[in-house]
Amino acid sequence: MKTLKELEEIRQRTLESVNLRKDRKGARVVVGMATCGISAGARPVLMAFVEEIQNRRLLDATVTQTGCIGVCRLEPMVEVYMPGEEKVTYVNMTPEKVKRVVSEHLVNGQVVREFIIGAVEKKD
Amino acid sequence: MQDLSLHLLDLIQNSIVAKANLVKITIHEDEKKDWLHIAIEDNGKGMDQETIKKAIDPFYTTRTTRRVGLGIPLFKATARRCKGDLKLESTVGKGTRIEARLQLGHIDRPPFGKLDDTIVTLILCNPEIDFVYSHNTNYGELKLDTREIRNVIGELPIDHIEVITWIQSYISKGLNEINGGVQ
Repeated sequence: MKTLKELEEIRQRTLESVNLRKDRKGARVVVGMATCGISAGARPVLMAFVEEIQNRRLLDATVTQTGCIGVCRLEPMVEVYMPGEEKVTYVNMTPEKVKRVVSEHLVNGQVVREFIIGAVEKKD
Repeated sequence: MQDLSLHLLDLIQNSIVAKANLVKITIHEDEKKDWLHIAIEDNGKGMDQETIKKAIDPFYTTRTTRRVGLGIPLFKATARRCKGDLKLESTVGKGTRIEARLQLGHIDRPPFGKLDDTIVTLILCNPEIDFVYSHNTNYGELKLDTREIRNVIGELPIDHIEVITWIQSYISKGLNEINGGVQ
């Protein structure tokens, strides 16, 4: 069984980087987590963001949830807020798409246009 | 919903909307008696008798975006399909308790799914809420209380990615142990 002692070590090891986080200026990722989102696969999408953010050490990024965004047929939906920029809404998300959103949008600041709500709706 | 962990994630959204700051998730599997109990208890704003009755109805929701609310009805249907049922108790101002009983070995009983992902998602997305997760099987007990974690990590936020990663591995290893080493 893992013990809380490991957490104590994590605390000491991590506190320095937390100070940098106090005014969070990084990306904010919001995943829709109502019944519609969850049944469409929102949780694996959220977990993929956590994993990618951890892998790339984007320590100022935050991942959080919201309720029903309102277009249930396009779930899982994800809103990405980059500091100083307009919100971008990604639809029909999958863990595979998350990798591209993290590397292209969160890291390089380029919106992945083919996954956003406007592009997907036009195609249909 | 494909599995029980997704039902849990969904049902607890109700506790979040009800402004709970403590949510207790209790799972009790008894292979010998062939029963599974799942309970969610919160200290949110609660519901009156009238609202409790409506909450079981798929065509009731407090949301304004849409006129259906499927979380509780879907879970009730799952429980009933497995020779069980769902009970909803609530007191205005005190909180709500939802409890389901299912036959553990029933052929229609959905798998547990990724309980670790559900708990981690809840903690990550609701760092201001405390969660107590306890899971008993015939092989052992797994317990996680975010209040204890907060005591250890002090000023480090609970939604910090390193803490979240630790919690996930704590739960997944713990689940492995209480399942007799088999997932």
